[in-house]
Amino acid sequence: MSQTPILESRSLHRTFGAVVAAKDINVAIHAGEVVGVIGSNGAGKTTFINMVTGFLPPSAGEIMFNGRSILGLAPRKITRMGMARSFQVAQLFPELTVLDNMLVALSIAESPLPSFLRPLRTPERVEKAEATLKEFGVAAFRDHQVTAVPQGTRKLVDIAMALIANPKMLLLDEPTSGVAVEEKFPLMDSVMEVVRRHGVTVLFVEHDMEIVARYVSRILAFYAGEVIADGPPDQVLDDAKVRELVVGHGHGGHGRARRSS
Amino acid sequence: MRLDRTELWLLASGVVLALGVFVLPNWLTFLLTIAFAKGLVVQGVVVQMRAGLVSFGQGLYYCIGGYTVGMGGQWLGVHDAFVLLALSMVAAAVVAMVLGLLLTRYREIFFAMLTLAFSMILYGVLAKSQSLGSTDGFNVHGITALGWTPGSSGKMFVYVLTCGIAAVAAVFLHRLSKSSVGYVCEAIRENEVRVEYLGASPRWTLYSTYVLAAAVSALGGGLTGMATGHVDPEMAYWTTSGEFVFIALLGGIGHVAAPFVAASLFSTVRTYAIQFVPHSWQMILGFVLLGIIIFLPKGLWSLFKRTRKAEARV
Repeated sequence: MSQTPILESRSLHRTFGAVVAAKDINVAIHAGEVVGVIGSNGAGKTTFINMVTGFLPPSAGEIMFNGRSILGLAPRKITRMGMARSFQVAQLFPELTVLDNMLVALSIAESPLPSFLRPLRTPERVEKAEATLKEFGVAAFRDHQVTAVPQGTRKLVDIAMALIANPKMLLLDEPTSGVAVEEKFPLMDSVMEVVRRHGVTVLFVEHDMEIVARYVSRILAFYAGEVIADGPPDQVLDDAKVRELVVGHGHGGHGRARRSS
Repeated sequence: MRLDRTELWLLASGVVLALGVFVLPNWLTFLLTIAFAKGLVVQGVVVQMRAGLVSFGQGLYYCIGGYTVGMGGQWLGVHDAFVLLALSMVAAAVVAMVLGLLLTRYREIFFAMLTLAFSMILYGVLAKSQSLGSTDGFNVHGITALGWTPGSSGKMFVYVLTCGIAAVAAVFLHRLSKSSVGYVCEAIRENEVRVEYLGASPRWTLYSTYVLAAAVSALGGGLTGMATGHVDPEMAYWTTSGEFVFIALLGGIGHVAAPFVAASLFSTVRTYAIQFVPHSWQMILGFVLLGIIIFLPKGLWSLFKRTRKAEARV
């Protein structure tokens, strides 16, 4: 593990009027880690993710990515520095096919100023997009319009689009939300296998404690805009405060989960 | 540069239509000249519609194109059609580069109304400019082509020129629709936030397509000025811009040829509507638009797609 964190927040603070959504958040994530973010609704998880990805400016504090301040940068600039994200509701281009969604993501990754005359569908791009779809096990849907594919597949395409730019870090916002119970583990298996192969650092927000316990190496537990626990899953999920304030408050109805790996 | 089937078909259509100058009656070649010139302006509207923006002020660039051709001849002594059209594109692009900085900050109705506002500002300025003929405008004459003076066959020359330019522009715009920027425009229309999170600037993409659309539309204005031999502020009036949106809806955004087909149909319907119901021809056009929106919301071109799908099923 390298000394300089890949992502670091220092005294991050955010208020919405009188509401404190994030309070003195100090987090350092190192390359190679898979970090889970847990917390009840309104705990500050999404505010944290939105600040880190440039969607929401913090009221105070500093955010460093790869040793550089990313405060005030637009989301696209942060993406181009190597931080990609997926969304709670898969954010795709509904009128395009799965392959074209991937090709749009790839062409943007190749150049922030898309070409006026170079076709989107070049053999090299199609080959790379297909290879990524294969990695995620969704190549069979390449010519389907994204609205016509199952929810789990849409989630995977959403994550594949984020990953095709070869990011250093991937932020997953509730990757299994809206996915059928029986699809959750196969989906996460696919995702985690691919991110491990690519050596990507992962930070993901998740309500399902079984998913969190199984896939992460570290948990950040949020409550009322603060990080109340930070450490290995066993330690955090055994923490009395976390059990009382976070896990016990109906996170997917799983209660405390055991690590299965 | 390899041409695909659609591009070959577009160029062949341009050649066939241009050769029609030898067999078609004058009234028809004139009608087609105006239709194709307007089709070019509509291409500018369609390029923006693909990105989810509807311009209600494309008349601004139609007018700039027309006035640049007229003023180039009157004040600069430039009479070459190709130079004048190039100048009209440059003038429109320069104006679009300035206005685009503001306009691309807005979306939906705000964008539409701002484009309309700018075209009406130009209308107001031209209508008050005595030196430019005020509301009467002024005449455009003495067009030459690479040292050749068409003289009495000027209208025929402009028709052939319009067919050629329309075909080449159609090939370019077809290529654009298949390019990265073409797809990114579609992506912006469907999910702008995601485009930003993939690492592109939606605003820059919209800005560059706005400038391109202005240049293409100016070509249409320039050709109209040459064909009619006259330009006036009506070219920037809001009803003229509305006409372009009407034609864009009529054709749809499904194919690069659709604006030309729709513009030809629009000109024909309007010509006959004025002839048969001179006092209520607008009503006929209103019914046509109503029918299109209700029965063919994706425009006339969707008829071709439906036919192809039906054939595929058989």
